[in-house]
Amino acid sequence: MNRTRTLLKKLAWSIFTILFVIVLNFFLFRVLPGDPARAGVRDPRLKKEAVEMLRVRFGLDKPVINCFESLNPIKLGSCTVNPLDTQFFIYVRNLLQGELGISYHTNRPVADILAERLWNTVLLIGAGQILSIMIGVVFGVFAAWKARTAIDYSAVITSLMAWSLPTFWLAILLLFWGSNNGLPLAGKATPGSSALPLLQQWADIGIHMILPTLTYTIIYMGEYTLIMRSSLMDVLSEDYILTAKAKGLSTFQILKDHALKNAMLPLVTVIAINLGFTVAGAIQIEAVFSWPGLGLAIFEAVGRRDFPVLQGAFVLIAIAVIFANFLADLTYNYLDPRVQTE
Amino acid sequence: MNTEHFLEVRGLKKYFDAGRPRLFSREARFVHAVDDVSFSLRHSEVIALVGESGCGKSTLSLLLMGLEEPTEGSIFFEGRDITHLKESERKELRRKIQMVFQDPYESLNPTQTIEEIINEPLLVHGIAKDKRERDERVMKAMEDAGLKPAEVYLSRFPHELSGGQRQRVVIAAALVLEPEILLADEPVSMLDVSIRAEIINLLAELRITRQIAVIFITHDLGSVGFFADRVAVMYLGRIVEIGTMLEVLEKPKHPYTKALISVIPVPNPRLRHERIILQGETPNPIDVPKGCRFHPRCPVAIAICKDSDPPSVTLSKTHSAACLLLVK
Repeated sequence: MNRTRTLLKKLAWSIFTILFVIVLNFFLFRVLPGDPARAGVRDPRLKKEAVEMLRVRFGLDKPVINCFESLNPIKLGSCTVNPLDTQFFIYVRNLLQGELGISYHTNRPVADILAERLWNTVLLIGAGQILSIMIGVVFGVFAAWKARTAIDYSAVITSLMAWSLPTFWLAILLLFWGSNNGLPLAGKATPGSSALPLLQQWADIGIHMILPTLTYTIIYMGEYTLIMRSSLMDVLSEDYILTAKAKGLSTFQILKDHALKNAMLPLVTVIAINLGFTVAGAIQIEAVFSWPGLGLAIFEAVGRRDFPVLQGAFVLIAIAVIFANFLADLTYNYLDPRVQTE
Repeated sequence: MNTEHFLEVRGLKKYFDAGRPRLFSREARFVHAVDDVSFSLRHSEVIALVGESGCGKSTLSLLLMGLEEPTEGSIFFEGRDITHLKESERKELRRKIQMVFQDPYESLNPTQTIEEIINEPLLVHGIAKDKRERDERVMKAMEDAGLKPAEVYLSRFPHELSGGQRQRVVIAAALVLEPEILLADEPVSMLDVSIRAEIINLLAELRITRQIAVIFITHDLGSVGFFADRVAVMYLGRIVEIGTMLEVLEKPKHPYTKALISVIPVPNPRLRHERIILQGETPNPIDVPKGCRFHPRCPVAIAICKDSDPPSVTLSKTHSAACLLLVK
């Protein structure tokens, strides 16, 4: 009862946060300098009529919102226009219908672009996350178990170094290494591979994933190792671990039944937050390896001032992060009985 | 089986490495946590180990539990040397010696229910394969520990209980294995004063109903009088006086014991006597004073106290104290 109410409250807050992000996202792109109509076609010879046609096509001829014709530069307008005929409410209405606008650059619907890119990113970052969590947790447990020994210190130093490496730099190094070892360096598949049988297509994608996944795993593995280690060491110093030992439990039983479940709590938070950002992709990794994911889409859209793509991507990322946090709350509820009663 | 010496400790020492005073220094330093401690325990006897913080009481309890390896000395249980045991041999022994820790807020796993906590020792030791028998044992231990009615508590989590109730859960989890010795390391110091008496009474009952020997570790000499048979006073890793409760509380011989007893609050103002307030701090257990380790704070120290370490002087069959003034 109490538990359901807490969860409903959390859910309500999540929805409220998403709404807030949607509103903020709209105005963020309206206060940016520069004429969006000129962003798609950057040719100074473009005729006035053509610019006007572009503005109509992207709905930029409409007032931003009641009383404001535009926000940068600020130009006041009539307050009596039909609110449904302003950019803001058209944006909200379209969003509710799953419509994210049309890319300035490619003229394709943003929703289509993002959907296609999203799966590539989930594939890459998902694999990287799973690998880094598995390796990180194992290393962390091992380091905490062998605390203050050579094993522990080398695990900590390696993790710290891996975690603090500049992502793009590691990616470029691995790129060089891969080129010497015959690994594919860019993209998701070999051109023309779609003609191959399905199994070979997957194998091709798998080979392309090796370098970016490796980069991601190395960077995040360190973070998980350090968090797991310190969290587990905290738990291992608790009296109930000593009690368990006094009761006759073996080291393995203590780790399995008492230490890990309690030590997982901080890790769950970090995993959940990182999972949210999974959707954002690792922009640097995707850019270096030309992986056609969301990160690369954002990277390219920034360069092209392709505001509809950015706007859509931001909404998607925000929803993913908020949803992941909600999931973390749910997991916490399950893992820690103390969370249920406030 | 030698019932006189059910548990016997001989010359037990535990030094912890304290690192070097300076980098590249050749001299290694040690914390003398437990420094030559000997005593014995009889069946269903309650012995109180009293001393200030940092005198080595808790290290001594960890040594007795086999949770720390002693540097020197030996521990005998039922005539068998149990000082250095393999983990597999130790497991059987753990059943017989159980421990209650100081802080009931720390010594219970927050993610387990009370039933799981008390049931776990049975599973670990493979006692009572049958679930019904296990349930019965769990309920019995809980009721013996004063958690009545037991059903109410079974599915609760530790954070839903009060400090006193938690300590009862800790005691129940120790009792469920039907130990012969219960080691209680300051079991009441984290509890409210009103609950302390309840827990001490509970321990006193247990030694009668279950014939359990209790090693009661405390820094509060006042709470000892209730139920201890014998009292051992520790100072800087060593037992300075040991004797029956009456001998130590009524006729203390060591100046340290005298000082401790003089500051126990007395309810009747007419019976109040002069308090002996010790000067200074407990010395650092890394640099134990030469000679008698108590001499820098001793109100009656004489010249030789600086040079010679006092031997244990036997005052009666049960009473002995380590003070040079008693040597004749």
